[in-house]
Amino acid sequence: MKENTTLQANKGQRLYKIFIYLVLSLLAIVILVPVAWVMVASVKETSEHYGSPWALPTHIHWQNFVDAWTKANMGGYMLHSVMITALALIILLVVALPASYCLARFKFPGQKFLNTAFMAGLFINVNYIVVPIYLMLSDGDKLLKGILGKAVLLNNHFVVAIVYAATALPFTIYLLSSYFSTLPHDFEEAAYIDGAGYFKTMIKIIFPMAKPSIITVILFNFLSFWNEYIIIKTLVTERDQWTLPAGLLNLMQAQQSAAEYGPMYAGLVLVMLPVLILYICVQKNLTQGMTVGGLKG
Amino acid sequence: MKSNSRRTAFLFTCVAPAVILFTIFMLVPTFNVFRLSLFQRSTFNPQETFIGLKNFQMLMNDATFIRSMQNMLLLIVMVTVFTMGTALVFAGILTREKLRGQNFFRIVFYIPNILSVVVISGIFSAIYDVDRGLLNSILSVFGSEGVLWKGEEHVIMSLVIAMVWQAIGYYMVMYMASMAAVPVDLYESSSLDGATGVTQFFQITLPLIWTNIRTTLTFFIISTINMAFLFVSAMTSGGPNNASNVALLYMYNQKNLGGGYGYAMAIGVVIFLFSFGLSAIVNKATERDVLEY
Repeated sequence: MKENTTLQANKGQRLYKIFIYLVLSLLAIVILVPVAWVMVASVKETSEHYGSPWALPTHIHWQNFVDAWTKANMGGYMLHSVMITALALIILLVVALPASYCLARFKFPGQKFLNTAFMAGLFINVNYIVVPIYLMLSDGDKLLKGILGKAVLLNNHFVVAIVYAATALPFTIYLLSSYFSTLPHDFEEAAYIDGAGYFKTMIKIIFPMAKPSIITVILFNFLSFWNEYIIIKTLVTERDQWTLPAGLLNLMQAQQSAAEYGPMYAGLVLVMLPVLILYICVQKNLTQGMTVGGLKG
Repeated sequence: MKSNSRRTAFLFTCVAPAVILFTIFMLVPTFNVFRLSLFQRSTFNPQETFIGLKNFQMLMNDATFIRSMQNMLLLIVMVTVFTMGTALVFAGILTREKLRGQNFFRIVFYIPNILSVVVISGIFSAIYDVDRGLLNSILSVFGSEGVLWKGEEHVIMSLVIAMVWQAIGYYMVMYMASMAAVPVDLYESSSLDGATGVTQFFQITLPLIWTNIRTTLTFFIISTINMAFLFVSAMTSGGPNNASNVALLYMYNQKNLGGGYGYAMAIGVVIFLFSFGLSAIVNKATERDVLEY
Protein backbone atom coordinates (compact mmCIF):
# COMPACT_ATOMS: atom_id res chain seq x y z
CA MET A 1 0.00 0.00 0.00
CA LYS A 2 2.71 2.41 0.99
CA GLU A 3 4.83 1.47 -2.00
CA ASN A 4 1.90 2.21 -4.25
CA THR A 5 1.54 5.83 -3.10
CA THR A 6 5.24 6.57 -3.46
CA LEU A 7 5.08 5.11 -6.94
CA GLN A 8 2.18 7.38 -7.74
CA ALA A 9 3.98 10.34 -6.22
CA ASN A 10 6.99 9.54 -8.37
CA LYS A 11 4.82 9.40 -11.45
CA GLY A 12 3.29 12.77 -10.59
CA GLN A 13 6.76 14.13 -10.01
CA ARG A 14 7.87 12.90 -13.45
CA LEU A 15 4.86 14.41 -15.19
CA TYR A 16 5.47 17.69 -13.42
CA LYS A 17 9.09 17.68 -14.56
CA ILE A 18 8.13 16.98 -18.16
CA PHE A 19 5.64 19.82 -17.99
CA ILE A 20 8.33 22.18 -16.70
CA TYR A 21 10.70 21.17 -19.49
CA LEU A 22 7.94 21.77 -22.02
CA VAL A 23 7.25 25.27 -20.74
CA LEU A 24 10.92 26.18 -20.55
CA SER A 25 11.59 24.85 -24.05
CA LEU A 26 8.63 26.79 -25.36
CA LEU A 27 10.02 30.00 -23.91
CA ALA A 28 13.47 29.21 -25.34
CA ILE A 29 11.89 28.63 -28.76
CA VAL A 30 9.98 31.90 -28.57
CA ILE A 31 13.29 33.68 -28.00
CA LEU A 32 15.54 31.73 -30.36
CA VAL A 33 13.27 31.29 -33.40
CA PRO A 34 12.79 34.99 -34.25
CA VAL A 35 16.53 35.66 -33.85
CA ALA A 36 17.43 32.68 -36.03
CA TRP A 37 14.73 33.59 -38.53
CA VAL A 38 16.27 37.03 -39.10
CA MET A 39 19.64 35.41 -39.72
CA VAL A 40 18.14 33.05 -42.30
CA ALA A 41 16.20 35.90 -43.89
CA SER A 42 19.39 37.90 -44.28
CA VAL A 43 20.67 35.44 -46.90
CA LYS A 44 17.40 35.11 -48.83
CA GLU A 45 16.98 36.43 -52.35
CA THR A 46 14.50 39.29 -52.84
CA SER A 47 11.96 37.06 -54.59
CA GLU A 48 12.13 34.55 -51.74
CA HIS A 49 10.89 37.16 -49.29
CA TYR A 50 7.52 37.10 -50.98
CA GLY A 51 7.00 33.36 -50.49
CA SER A 52 6.14 31.60 -47.26
CA PRO A 53 8.10 33.13 -44.35
CA TRP A 54 9.08 29.63 -43.20
CA ALA A 55 10.67 28.52 -46.49
CA LEU A 56 14.44 28.11 -46.33
CA PRO A 57 16.55 29.89 -48.95
CA THR A 58 17.66 27.79 -51.93
CA HIS A 59 21.16 29.21 -51.76
CA ILE A 60 23.05 31.67 -49.60
CA HIS A 61 22.70 35.11 -51.08
CA TRP A 62 25.65 37.08 -49.67
CA GLN A 63 24.88 40.00 -51.97
CA ASN A 64 22.51 41.32 -49.27
CA PHE A 65 25.47 41.95 -47.00
CA VAL A 66 27.47 43.59 -49.78
CA ASP A 67 24.51 45.86 -50.53
CA ALA A 68 24.00 46.70 -46.86
CA TRP A 69 27.71 47.35 -46.33
CA THR A 70 28.26 49.58 -49.36
CA LYS A 71 24.96 50.96 -50.67
CA ALA A 72 23.25 51.35 -47.30
CA ASN A 73 26.46 52.69 -45.73
CA MET A 74 26.52 50.02 -42.98
CA GLY A 75 30.31 49.93 -43.34
CA GLY A 76 30.56 53.60 -42.42
CA TYR A 77 28.06 53.19 -39.58
CA MET A 78 30.06 50.25 -38.24
CA LEU A 79 33.22 52.36 -38.21
CA HIS A 80 31.46 55.16 -36.30
CA SER A 81 29.98 52.66 -33.83
CA VAL A 82 33.38 51.12 -33.09
CA MET A 83 35.04 54.52 -32.74
CA ILE A 84 32.42 56.11 -30.51
CA THR A 85 31.97 53.04 -28.31
CA ALA A 86 35.73 52.63 -27.78
CA LEU A 87 36.27 56.32 -27.13
CA ALA A 88 33.35 56.53 -24.69
CA LEU A 89 34.57 53.46 -22.79
CA ILE A 90 38.09 54.90 -22.46
CA ILE A 91 36.81 58.28 -21.25
CA LEU A 92 34.44 56.58 -18.84
CA LEU A 93 37.12 54.38 -17.27
CA VAL A 94 39.71 57.15 -17.02
CA VAL A 95 37.20 59.42 -15.28
CA ALA A 96 35.18 56.94 -13.23
CA LEU A 97 37.90 54.66 -11.81
CA PRO A 98 39.86 57.29 -9.82
CA ALA A 99 36.67 59.06 -8.77
CA SER A 100 35.02 55.88 -7.44
CA TYR A 101 38.20 54.92 -5.63
CA CYS A 102 38.43 58.27 -3.84
CA LEU A 103 34.73 58.47 -3.10
CA ALA A 104 34.71 54.99 -1.61
CA ARG A 105 37.93 55.02 0.41
CA PHE A 106 38.83 58.56 1.47
CA LYS A 107 37.11 60.87 3.89
CA PHE A 108 37.06 64.49 2.78
CA PRO A 109 34.70 67.45 3.06
CA GLY A 110 31.83 67.13 0.60
CA GLN A 111 32.36 63.40 0.08
CA LYS A 112 28.96 62.46 1.52
CA PHE A 113 27.28 65.08 -0.64
CA LEU A 114 29.00 63.84 -3.81
CA ASN A 115 28.06 60.24 -3.07
CA THR A 116 24.42 61.24 -2.66
CA ALA A 117 24.53 63.34 -5.83
CA PHE A 118 25.85 60.45 -7.93
CA MET A 119 23.26 58.13 -6.35
CA ALA A 120 20.52 60.58 -7.31
CA GLY A 121 21.99 60.56 -10.82
CA LEU A 122 20.91 56.91 -11.09
CA PHE A 123 17.34 58.19 -11.35
CA ILE A 124 18.01 60.68 -14.14
CA ASN A 125 17.46 58.90 -17.37
CA VAL A 126 19.29 60.25 -20.37
CA ASN A 127 16.13 60.35 -22.48
CA TYR A 128 14.67 63.02 -20.18
CA ILE A 129 17.63 65.30 -20.67
CA VAL A 130 18.61 64.68 -24.28
CA VAL A 131 16.68 67.76 -25.48
CA PRO A 132 18.35 70.18 -23.00
CA ILE A 133 21.74 68.66 -23.87
CA TYR A 134 21.03 69.33 -27.54
CA LEU A 135 19.96 72.91 -26.75
CA MET A 136 23.06 73.50 -24.64
CA LEU A 137 25.35 72.28 -27.45
CA SER A 138 23.50 74.20 -30.15
CA ASP A 139 23.59 77.41 -28.09
CA GLY A 140 27.29 76.76 -27.51
CA ASP A 141 27.78 76.35 -31.24
CA LYS A 142 26.14 79.70 -31.93
CA LEU A 143 28.50 81.29 -29.43
CA LEU A 144 31.55 79.56 -30.91
CA LYS A 145 30.56 80.58 -34.41
CA GLY A 146 30.85 84.18 -33.30
CA ILE A 147 34.29 83.62 -31.76
CA LEU A 148 35.97 80.90 -33.82
CA GLY A 149 33.95 81.24 -36.99
CA LYS A 150 32.82 77.60 -36.95
CA ALA A 151 30.54 75.30 -34.96
CA VAL A 152 32.20 72.28 -33.38
CA LEU A 153 29.90 70.86 -30.71
CA LEU A 154 27.07 69.32 -32.70
CA ASN A 155 27.90 66.70 -35.35
CA ASN A 156 31.01 65.83 -33.39
CA HIS A 157 31.70 62.17 -32.54
CA PHE A 158 34.03 63.11 -29.72
CA VAL A 159 31.28 65.15 -28.02
CA VAL A 160 28.88 62.22 -28.43
CA ALA A 161 31.41 59.92 -26.75
CA ILE A 162 31.76 62.39 -23.86
CA VAL A 163 27.97 62.55 -23.46
CA TYR A 164 27.79 58.74 -23.41
CA ALA A 165 30.53 58.55 -20.80
CA ALA A 166 29.08 61.34 -18.65
CA THR A 167 25.58 59.87 -18.57
CA ALA A 168 27.01 56.45 -17.66
CA LEU A 169 28.93 57.88 -14.69
CA PRO A 170 26.35 57.40 -11.89
CA PHE A 171 25.84 53.69 -12.61
CA THR A 172 29.55 53.05 -13.12
CA ILE A 173 30.63 54.92 -9.99
CA TYR A 174 27.93 53.15 -7.99
CA LEU A 175 29.15 49.75 -9.16
CA LEU A 176 32.87 50.44 -8.72
CA SER A 177 32.52 52.19 -5.35
CA SER A 178 30.56 49.31 -3.92
CA TYR A 179 33.48 47.06 -4.84
CA PHE A 180 36.23 49.41 -3.61
CA SER A 181 34.55 49.89 -0.24
CA THR A 182 34.77 46.14 0.48
CA LEU A 183 38.60 46.09 0.33
CA PRO A 184 40.48 46.21 3.65
CA HIS A 185 42.60 49.31 4.23
CA ASP A 186 45.76 47.27 4.90
CA PHE A 187 46.66 47.30 1.20
CA GLU A 188 47.16 51.04 1.06
CA GLU A 189 48.84 51.28 4.45
CA ALA A 190 51.42 48.68 3.41
CA ALA A 191 52.05 50.51 0.14
CA TYR A 192 52.42 53.88 1.87
CA ILE A 193 54.92 52.43 4.34
CA ASP A 194 56.92 51.12 1.36
CA GLY A 195 57.03 54.70 0.15
CA ALA A 196 54.53 54.50 -2.71
CA GLY A 197 52.56 57.70 -3.39
CA TYR A 198 48.79 58.01 -3.71
CA PHE A 199 48.73 57.67 -7.50
CA LYS A 200 51.13 54.76 -7.60
CA THR A 201 49.18 52.90 -4.92
CA MET A 202 45.91 53.44 -6.73
CA ILE A 203 47.16 52.41 -10.17
CA LYS A 204 49.58 49.63 -9.25
CA ILE A 205 47.82 48.04 -6.24
CA ILE A 206 44.13 48.81 -6.21
CA PHE A 207 43.08 48.84 -9.88
CA PRO A 208 44.52 45.39 -10.68
CA MET A 209 42.47 43.95 -7.81
CA ALA A 210 39.30 45.50 -9.19
CA LYS A 211 39.64 43.69 -12.53
CA PRO A 212 36.41 41.62 -12.25
CA SER A 213 34.39 44.75 -11.47
CA ILE A 214 36.08 46.65 -14.29
CA ILE A 215 35.17 43.87 -16.72
CA THR A 216 31.54 44.02 -15.58
CA VAL A 217 31.55 47.80 -16.06
CA ILE A 218 33.02 47.49 -19.55
CA LEU A 219 30.48 44.83 -20.55
CA PHE A 220 27.39 46.69 -19.40
CA ASN A 221 28.51 49.99 -20.84
CA PHE A 222 29.65 48.42 -24.11
CA LEU A 223 26.13 47.07 -24.56
CA SER A 224 24.46 50.37 -23.75
CA PHE A 225 26.81 52.46 -25.96
CA TRP A 226 26.72 50.02 -28.87
CA ASN A 227 22.92 49.79 -28.83
CA GLU A 228 22.21 53.49 -28.25
CA TYR A 229 20.39 55.43 -30.96
CA ILE A 230 18.49 58.39 -29.48
CA ILE A 231 21.48 60.53 -28.48
CA ILE A 232 23.37 60.02 -31.71
CA LYS A 233 20.26 60.86 -33.75
CA THR A 234 19.75 64.05 -31.74
CA LEU A 235 23.30 65.35 -31.46
CA VAL A 236 24.40 64.40 -34.97
CA THR A 237 22.20 65.86 -37.69
CA GLU A 238 24.17 64.52 -40.67
CA ARG A 239 22.69 61.10 -41.31
CA ASP A 240 25.79 59.52 -42.83
CA GLN A 241 27.64 60.25 -39.58
CA TRP A 242 25.33 58.06 -37.46
CA THR A 243 26.13 54.76 -35.73
CA LEU A 244 24.84 51.30 -36.63
CA PRO A 245 21.52 51.25 -34.70
CA ALA A 246 20.52 54.74 -35.85
CA GLY A 247 21.53 53.98 -39.43
CA LEU A 248 19.71 50.68 -39.30
CA LEU A 249 16.52 52.30 -38.05
CA ASN A 250 16.79 54.72 -40.94
CA LEU A 251 17.31 51.82 -43.37
CA MET A 252 14.36 49.92 -41.89
CA GLN A 253 12.02 52.84 -42.31
CA ALA A 254 13.26 53.39 -45.88
CA GLN A 255 13.21 49.71 -46.90
CA GLN A 256 9.77 49.17 -45.50
CA SER A 257 8.28 51.32 -48.23
CA ALA A 258 10.68 50.15 -50.95
CA ALA A 259 10.24 46.51 -49.83
CA GLU A 260 13.95 45.67 -50.10
CA TYR A 261 13.99 43.16 -47.28
CA GLY A 262 17.32 41.46 -47.97
CA PRO A 263 19.74 44.31 -47.12
CA MET A 264 17.54 45.30 -44.17
CA TYR A 265 17.86 41.89 -42.51
CA ALA A 266 21.55 41.82 -43.41
CA GLY A 267 21.88 45.15 -41.58
CA LEU A 268 20.07 43.69 -38.56
CA VAL A 269 22.52 40.79 -38.46
CA LEU A 270 25.46 43.20 -38.72
CA VAL A 271 24.21 45.05 -35.64
CA MET A 272 23.47 42.06 -33.47
CA LEU A 273 26.30 39.68 -34.45
CA PRO A 274 29.13 41.46 -32.57
CA VAL A 275 26.95 41.64 -29.47
CA LEU A 276 25.94 37.98 -29.68
CA ILE A 277 29.53 36.80 -30.18
CA LEU A 278 30.71 38.88 -27.24
CA TYR A 279 27.83 37.57 -25.13
CA ILE A 280 28.65 33.93 -25.85
CA CYS A 281 32.29 34.56 -24.90
CA VAL A 282 31.57 36.32 -21.63
CA GLN A 283 28.05 35.21 -20.63
CA LYS A 284 29.30 33.97 -17.24
CA ASN A 285 30.62 37.42 -16.30
CA LEU A 286 27.47 39.10 -17.51
CA THR A 287 24.87 37.01 -15.71
CA GLN A 288 26.98 36.98 -12.56
CA GLY A 289 27.84 40.65 -12.77
CA MET A 290 24.23 41.60 -12.97
CA THR A 291 23.54 40.59 -9.39
CA VAL A 292 25.91 43.41 -8.50
CA GLY A 293 24.52 45.79 -11.08
CA GLY A 294 20.94 44.80 -10.41
CA LEU A 295 19.85 48.40 -10.40
CA LYS A 296 20.37 49.03 -14.07
CA GLY A 297 17.14 49.01 -16.03
CA MET B 1 51.64 69.42 6.30
CA LYS B 2 53.22 68.65 2.99
CA SER B 3 51.61 65.22 2.87
CA ASN B 4 48.24 66.80 3.61
CA SER B 5 48.42 69.14 0.62
CA ARG B 6 49.51 66.21 -1.52
CA ARG B 7 46.49 64.28 -0.39
CA THR B 8 44.23 67.20 -1.31
CA ALA B 9 45.86 67.50 -4.73
CA PHE B 10 45.41 63.77 -5.34
CA LEU B 11 41.76 63.77 -4.31
CA PHE B 12 41.05 66.84 -6.40
CA THR B 13 42.62 65.41 -9.59
CA CYS B 14 40.73 62.17 -9.16
CA VAL B 15 37.29 63.50 -8.33
CA ALA B 16 37.12 66.78 -10.28
CA PRO B 17 36.79 65.34 -13.84
CA ALA B 18 33.87 63.14 -12.83
CA VAL B 19 32.14 65.99 -11.00
CA ILE B 20 32.63 68.36 -13.94
CA LEU B 21 31.26 65.92 -16.52
CA PHE B 22 28.37 64.94 -14.25
CA THR B 23 27.50 68.58 -13.62
CA ILE B 24 27.65 69.72 -17.26
CA PHE B 25 25.88 66.78 -18.86
CA MET B 26 23.46 65.64 -16.14
CA LEU B 27 22.80 68.21 -13.43
CA VAL B 28 22.62 71.31 -15.64
CA PRO B 29 20.35 69.64 -18.26
CA THR B 30 18.09 68.32 -15.48
CA PHE B 31 17.89 71.80 -13.98
CA ASN B 32 17.14 73.15 -17.46
CA VAL B 33 14.21 70.75 -17.90
CA PHE B 34 12.54 72.40 -14.91
CA ARG B 35 13.63 75.95 -15.74
CA LEU B 36 12.65 75.86 -19.42
CA SER B 37 9.21 74.47 -18.58
CA LEU B 38 8.34 77.98 -17.32
CA PHE B 39 9.54 79.64 -20.52
CA GLN B 40 8.49 79.89 -24.11
CA ARG B 41 11.19 79.02 -26.61
CA SER B 42 10.42 78.29 -30.23
CA THR B 43 12.37 75.83 -32.32
CA PHE B 44 14.02 78.42 -34.54
CA ASN B 45 14.59 81.34 -32.20
CA PRO B 46 16.71 80.86 -29.06
CA GLN B 47 14.87 83.81 -27.44
CA GLU B 48 13.38 82.70 -24.10
CA THR B 49 10.31 84.43 -22.64
CA PHE B 50 9.08 83.75 -19.12
CA ILE B 51 5.43 82.68 -19.19
CA GLY B 52 4.97 81.08 -15.76
CA LEU B 53 2.77 78.01 -15.67
CA LYS B 54 1.14 78.63 -19.07
CA ASN B 55 2.82 75.57 -20.64
CA PHE B 56 1.24 73.36 -17.98
CA GLN B 57 -2.18 74.94 -18.50
CA MET B 58 -1.90 74.20 -22.21
CA LEU B 59 -0.95 70.59 -21.43
CA MET B 60 -4.17 70.06 -19.48
CA ASN B 61 -6.15 70.76 -22.65
CA ASP B 62 -3.90 68.85 -25.03
CA ALA B 63 -5.77 65.67 -26.01
CA THR B 64 -2.68 64.08 -27.59
CA PHE B 65 -0.71 64.62 -24.40
CA ILE B 66 -3.44 63.08 -22.26
CA ARG B 67 -3.66 60.12 -24.61
CA SER B 68 0.11 59.64 -24.54
CA MET B 69 0.08 59.68 -20.72
CA GLN B 70 -2.70 57.08 -20.70
CA ASN B 71 -0.78 54.88 -23.12
CA MET B 72 2.33 55.19 -20.98
CA LEU B 73 0.43 54.18 -17.84
CA LEU B 74 -1.21 51.27 -19.67
CA LEU B 75 2.17 50.03 -20.92
CA ILE B 76 3.72 50.37 -17.45
CA VAL B 77 0.96 48.36 -15.77
CA MET B 78 0.73 45.60 -18.37
CA VAL B 79 4.47 45.16 -18.95
CA THR B 80 5.20 45.18 -15.22
CA VAL B 81 2.51 42.66 -14.33
CA PHE B 82 3.39 40.23 -17.13
CA THR B 83 7.18 40.51 -16.78
CA MET B 84 7.33 40.36 -12.99
CA GLY B 85 4.71 37.61 -12.72
CA THR B 86 6.28 35.28 -15.26
CA ALA B 87 9.86 36.04 -14.26
CA LEU B 88 9.11 35.19 -10.61
CA VAL B 89 7.31 31.94 -11.43
CA PHE B 90 10.00 30.77 -13.85
CA ALA B 91 12.79 31.74 -11.48
CA GLY B 92 11.02 29.83 -8.70
CA ILE B 93 10.82 26.71 -10.85
CA LEU B 94 14.38 26.97 -12.14
CA THR B 95 15.99 27.41 -8.72
CA ARG B 96 13.92 24.84 -6.85
CA GLU B 97 13.94 22.01 -9.38
CA LYS B 98 17.11 20.18 -10.31
CA LEU B 99 16.93 20.39 -14.07
CA ARG B 100 19.33 19.44 -16.80
CA GLY B 101 20.41 22.18 -19.18
CA GLN B 102 19.71 24.90 -16.63
CA ASN B 103 22.69 26.83 -17.87
CA PHE B 104 21.48 26.61 -21.46
CA PHE B 105 18.08 28.06 -20.52
CA ARG B 106 19.73 30.80 -18.51
CA ILE B 107 21.93 31.79 -21.47
CA VAL B 108 19.03 31.75 -23.94
CA PHE B 109 16.61 33.70 -21.74
CA TYR B 110 19.11 36.50 -21.33
CA ILE B 111 19.71 37.05 -25.07
CA PRO B 112 16.89 39.58 -25.73
CA ASN B 113 18.30 41.85 -23.05
CA ILE B 114 21.58 42.39 -24.87
CA LEU B 115 20.02 43.25 -28.23
CA SER B 116 19.44 46.84 -29.30
CA VAL B 117 15.84 48.01 -29.25
CA VAL B 118 16.31 48.75 -32.95
CA VAL B 119 17.19 45.10 -33.61
CA ILE B 120 14.22 43.94 -31.54
CA SER B 121 11.89 46.25 -33.42
CA GLY B 122 13.29 44.82 -36.69
CA ILE B 123 12.67 41.29 -35.44
CA PHE B 124 9.14 42.14 -34.38
CA SER B 125 8.31 43.91 -37.62
CA ALA B 126 9.09 40.55 -39.27
CA ILE B 127 6.80 38.84 -36.76
CA TYR B 128 3.95 41.34 -37.02
CA ASP B 129 3.99 41.85 -40.81
CA VAL B 130 0.42 41.53 -42.09
CA ASP B 131 1.04 39.47 -45.26
CA ARG B 132 4.37 37.76 -44.66
CA GLY B 133 4.63 37.90 -40.86
CA LEU B 134 5.49 34.89 -38.74
CA LEU B 135 2.56 35.38 -36.38
CA ASN B 136 -0.10 35.68 -39.05
CA SER B 137 1.29 32.70 -40.96
CA ILE B 138 0.99 30.58 -37.81
CA LEU B 139 -2.52 31.89 -37.14
CA SER B 140 -3.60 31.20 -40.72
CA VAL B 141 -3.08 27.48 -40.01
CA PHE B 142 -5.97 27.82 -37.57
CA GLY B 143 -8.01 29.60 -40.22
CA SER B 144 -7.59 33.10 -38.84
CA GLU B 145 -7.64 36.11 -41.12
CA GLY B 146 -4.59 38.37 -41.29
CA VAL B 147 -4.47 40.46 -38.13
CA LEU B 148 -3.24 44.06 -38.28
CA TRP B 149 -0.86 43.76 -35.33
CA LYS B 150 0.30 47.34 -35.62
CA GLY B 151 -3.19 48.66 -36.33
CA GLU B 152 -4.94 50.97 -33.94
CA GLU B 153 -6.76 48.15 -32.19
CA HIS B 154 -3.84 45.85 -31.33
CA VAL B 155 -0.82 48.12 -31.33
CA ILE B 156 -0.51 48.44 -27.53
CA MET B 157 -0.77 44.68 -27.08
CA SER B 158 1.92 44.17 -29.73
CA LEU B 159 4.21 46.58 -27.92
CA VAL B 160 3.58 44.84 -24.59
CA ILE B 161 4.56 41.48 -26.11
CA ALA B 162 7.79 42.88 -27.53
CA MET B 163 8.69 44.62 -24.26
CA VAL B 164 7.97 41.55 -22.12
CA TRP B 165 10.00 39.45 -24.58
CA GLN B 166 12.91 41.80 -24.05
CA ALA B 167 12.79 42.17 -20.26
CA ILE B 168 11.76 38.78 -18.95
CA GLY B 169 15.14 37.03 -19.03
CA TYR B 170 16.94 39.78 -17.19
CA TYR B 171 14.54 39.73 -14.27
CA MET B 172 14.41 35.97 -14.21
CA VAL B 173 18.19 35.67 -13.87
CA MET B 174 18.15 38.34 -11.18
CA TYR B 175 15.40 36.64 -9.12
CA MET B 176 17.15 33.30 -9.53
CA ALA B 177 20.22 34.81 -7.89
CA SER B 178 18.27 36.07 -4.90
CA MET B 179 16.17 32.91 -4.58
CA ALA B 180 19.30 30.77 -4.55
CA ALA B 181 20.24 32.51 -1.28
CA VAL B 182 17.15 31.20 0.54
CA PRO B 183 18.32 28.33 2.82
CA VAL B 184 17.33 24.88 1.55
CA ASP B 185 16.39 23.53 5.00
CA LEU B 186 13.38 25.87 5.07
CA TYR B 187 11.97 24.01 2.07
CA GLU B 188 12.94 20.62 3.46
CA SER B 189 11.28 21.14 6.82
CA SER B 190 8.15 22.60 5.24
CA SER B 191 7.79 19.69 2.81
CA LEU B 192 7.97 17.35 5.82
CA ASP B 193 4.97 19.29 7.10
CA GLY B 194 3.26 18.52 3.81
CA ALA B 195 3.63 21.84 1.99
CA THR B 196 3.44 21.62 -1.79
CA GLY B 197 5.68 23.50 -4.22
CA VAL B 198 3.03 26.16 -4.78
CA THR B 199 2.56 26.77 -1.05
CA GLN B 200 6.31 26.96 -0.59
CA PHE B 201 6.56 29.52 -3.39
CA PHE B 202 3.98 31.83 -1.81
CA GLN B 203 4.79 31.20 1.87
CA ILE B 204 8.58 30.93 1.79
CA THR B 205 10.16 32.16 -1.45
CA LEU B 206 8.16 35.33 -2.06
CA PRO B 207 8.20 36.68 1.53
CA LEU B 208 11.94 36.04 1.88
CA ILE B 209 12.97 37.85 -1.29
CA TRP B 210 10.37 40.59 -0.84
CA THR B 211 12.98 43.34 -0.33
CA ASN B 212 14.55 42.45 -3.66
CA ILE B 213 11.16 42.42 -5.40
CA ARG B 214 10.38 45.88 -4.03
CA THR B 215 13.63 47.41 -5.22
CA THR B 216 13.37 45.87 -8.67
CA LEU B 217 9.74 46.91 -8.97
CA THR B 218 10.59 50.56 -8.38
CA PHE B 219 13.42 50.47 -10.88
CA PHE B 220 11.35 48.50 -13.35
CA ILE B 221 8.67 51.18 -13.40
CA ILE B 222 11.21 53.92 -14.02
CA SER B 223 12.94 51.93 -16.71
CA THR B 224 9.65 50.97 -18.39
CA ILE B 225 8.81 54.64 -18.96
CA ASN B 226 12.10 54.86 -20.76
CA MET B 227 11.91 51.53 -22.60
CA ALA B 228 8.37 52.37 -23.77
CA PHE B 229 9.82 55.47 -25.42
CA LEU B 230 12.59 53.47 -27.12
CA PHE B 231 10.24 50.73 -28.32
CA VAL B 232 7.52 53.05 -29.56
CA SER B 233 9.93 55.35 -31.37
CA ALA B 234 11.58 52.40 -33.12
CA MET B 235 8.50 50.25 -33.80
CA THR B 236 5.58 52.56 -34.50
CA SER B 237 6.73 56.20 -34.15
CA GLY B 238 3.62 56.65 -32.02
CA GLY B 239 1.18 55.75 -34.76
CA PRO B 240 -1.25 54.95 -36.13
CA ASN B 241 -3.13 58.09 -35.25
CA ASN B 242 -1.33 58.48 -31.87
CA ALA B 243 -2.74 55.14 -30.74
CA SER B 244 0.67 54.13 -29.41
CA ASN B 245 2.14 57.54 -28.62
CA VAL B 246 3.82 57.80 -25.21
CA ALA B 247 4.62 60.94 -23.26
CA LEU B 248 8.41 60.86 -23.69
CA LEU B 249 8.05 60.48 -27.46
CA TYR B 250 5.54 63.32 -27.57
CA MET B 251 8.05 65.44 -25.67
CA TYR B 252 10.86 64.47 -28.03
CA ASN B 253 8.76 65.18 -31.12
CA GLN B 254 7.82 68.73 -30.06
CA LYS B 255 10.88 69.84 -32.01
CA ASN B 256 9.09 68.86 -35.21
CA LEU B 257 5.52 69.40 -34.03
CA GLY B 258 6.17 73.11 -33.44
CA GLY B 259 5.19 73.10 -29.76
CA GLY B 260 8.52 74.68 -28.87
CA TYR B 261 11.12 73.62 -26.33
CA GLY B 262 9.39 75.19 -23.33
CA TYR B 263 6.29 73.11 -23.99
CA ALA B 264 8.45 69.98 -24.49
CA MET B 265 10.16 70.54 -21.15
CA ALA B 266 6.81 71.01 -19.38
CA ILE B 267 5.93 67.51 -20.62
CA GLY B 268 9.28 66.35 -19.27
CA VAL B 269 8.51 67.81 -15.85
CA VAL B 270 5.13 66.07 -15.73
CA ILE B 271 6.72 62.70 -16.60
CA PHE B 272 9.46 63.30 -14.02
CA LEU B 273 6.96 64.02 -11.25
CA PHE B 274 4.70 61.21 -12.43
CA SER B 275 7.50 58.64 -12.27
CA PHE B 276 8.56 59.76 -8.80
CA GLY B 277 4.97 59.76 -7.57
CA LEU B 278 4.32 56.32 -8.97
CA SER B 279 7.50 54.90 -7.44
CA ALA B 280 6.58 56.40 -4.07
CA ILE B 281 3.08 54.90 -4.23
CA VAL B 282 4.38 51.47 -5.24
CA ASN B 283 7.05 51.64 -2.56
CA LYS B 284 4.44 52.47 0.09
CA ALA B 285 1.94 49.86 -1.12
CA THR B 286 4.49 47.04 -1.08
CA GLU B 287 5.79 47.84 2.40
CA ARG B 288 6.00 44.71 4.59
CA ASP B 289 7.95 43.76 7.69
CA VAL B 290 11.34 42.54 6.56
CA LEU B 291 11.78 38.82 7.20
CA GLU B 292 15.22 37.49 7.98
CA TYR B 293 16.67 34.08 7.44
